[in-house]
Amino acid sequence: MTRGSVIAVLLATVVFMAVPWIVPGNFYINMASQVLIYALFALSLNLMLGYGGMVSLGHAAYLGVAGYTCILLVTAGYNQLTAAVVAVLFSTAFAGVFGVLSLRAPGLGFIMITLAIGQIVWGIAYRANALTGGDNGMSFPARPMPFGFDIQDAKNFYYFTLIVFAIAFFFLWRFSHSPFGASLKGTKEQPRRMRMLGHNVWLIQLLTFVMAGFWASIASVLYVYYNLFLSPHALALQQSAEILLMAILGGATSLTGPIVGALIITLIKNVISTYVERWNSLLGVIFVVVIIFMPYGLVPGCKQLWKRLQSRGKNSAPARTSSEPTE
Amino acid sequence: MTTPALEIVGLNKHFGGLPATKDVSLRVMPGERRLIIGPNGAGKTTMFNLVTGDLRPDSGSVKLFGQELSGMSTQARVHLGLARTYQILTLFPRETLIHNVVLALLGLEALRWNPWAFLTGYRHIYADAQKALAQVGLADGAERVVGETSYGERRRLELAMALAQKPKLLMLDEPLAGLSLEERQTVRELLDKIPRDVTIVMIEHDMDTALSFAERITVLHYGEVIVEGTRTEVVADPRTREIYLGD
Repeated sequence: MTRGSVIAVLLATVVFMAVPWIVPGNFYINMASQVLIYALFALSLNLMLGYGGMVSLGHAAYLGVAGYTCILLVTAGYNQLTAAVVAVLFSTAFAGVFGVLSLRAPGLGFIMITLAIGQIVWGIAYRANALTGGDNGMSFPARPMPFGFDIQDAKNFYYFTLIVFAIAFFFLWRFSHSPFGASLKGTKEQPRRMRMLGHNVWLIQLLTFVMAGFWASIASVLYVYYNLFLSPHALALQQSAEILLMAILGGATSLTGPIVGALIITLIKNVISTYVERWNSLLGVIFVVVIIFMPYGLVPGCKQLWKRLQSRGKNSAPARTSSEPTE
Repeated sequence: MTTPALEIVGLNKHFGGLPATKDVSLRVMPGERRLIIGPNGAGKTTMFNLVTGDLRPDSGSVKLFGQELSGMSTQARVHLGLARTYQILTLFPRETLIHNVVLALLGLEALRWNPWAFLTGYRHIYADAQKALAQVGLADGAERVVGETSYGERRRLELAMALAQKPKLLMLDEPLAGLSLEERQTVRELLDKIPRDVTIVMIEHDMDTALSFAERITVLHYGEVIVEGTRTEVVADPRTREIYLGD
């Protein structure tokens, strides 16, 4: 790690820790928790998208599988820990099946299958009244007490979410520098060559799919803890598309991009929407503008811009204009 | 009798109604240098793709050191000691030269499944990659991104990636394509230095370089083996001249 990145990590830690003191009131502390939960969704999707080049439009399916499983188990009287663990394991296993089916088809076919599976899960949640309560949704009795800590109020829940998020981010950061991560990036660029080098491209993609499903399931359980409620609206296509948008807006080729994307979109959705009625249009405009000027997303784009400004300051040499990903 | 390094028997492949490979049979003995020649569209690269598993044959068998390869995935064949280079450069253009070779080495290592360790922590892999680059004269500037290197250097990188895997059978698809006269000489010398425990099958159009390199030559035409023999036999054969000179 370079000195710059150590400073960046320390700074980020301080900022994240200080959020409850910086922002005014519980409304914004809750918003911060929501940002972290969506950031985890976006990061998990980005394992597939940014590293593996697999575009999925069915990521909200995990919210359905893990979310409803967790709620049903707790409602049925199982303790919180069992419910959470079983929900995540079941949803991760589901990711395995999801992956095997999706990976049958390359490219556009892959996207369509993920879309279809996402819609199937949504359809079941919507129609299976007896199990999921249908359109009325299901409420979750109460947040758990992890290690005896009370996470009912906004601040404590934020810290709980932050800890889970930090652990996940640490794993994903290690992943991005690991041999497996390098192999995955290789399959994105040159799947044929990777096979000819002895790599099992299908298995690499499937395992990535399952890992993405695992982290998305964790985010799903957090989502249920946060809202204490789940309805089919939360697993609609709009949700999957928003998660995808977060990753692309922030920069799918970077590790931190999806977090920035989640921050921007969650804020627009919740804060700006109270002032601007047509916040969806605003979101669209922002997305288009970013993609025009920074086709690889905000984080890689800003890095490129920063480099260009630095080199201009030094020797006014023209730097490359395209904001190609650097990591 | 020793087992052939590569034995192809009655190999057929059609693309729609078009036969690309017609009943091709050939044997390459261990340590041999075999040249495959033939006009454009003769089915040379198709034959390579059938051997590597990129394509599935309609019928016929391919054996690597006596082991039947039919039905085996490409990566499984690579783990048996098969390596190839591509006529059209197939590299990782945004990565460094050394990272390209590291990916080649990872392909044969079980640690490629590790999602937790730091790749850069595996010093021996980087050392081996550096060695492979040195073998093709790219030891300096291994940290350059492929996109910033010359075409000739990329050709040699293709070769380094294949050699790094220490294959038993190396299949070279036009390793000299697009190179200047001087670069051809460099690559030719590299090929000469490859030890004899590596069997080489090579497709090449540059006759001057290729003919002197190979011991045996197979001429393909419209997917069929027309002539096969030693250098002098093939050159003397009237059918070779017919194909190449058209009379």
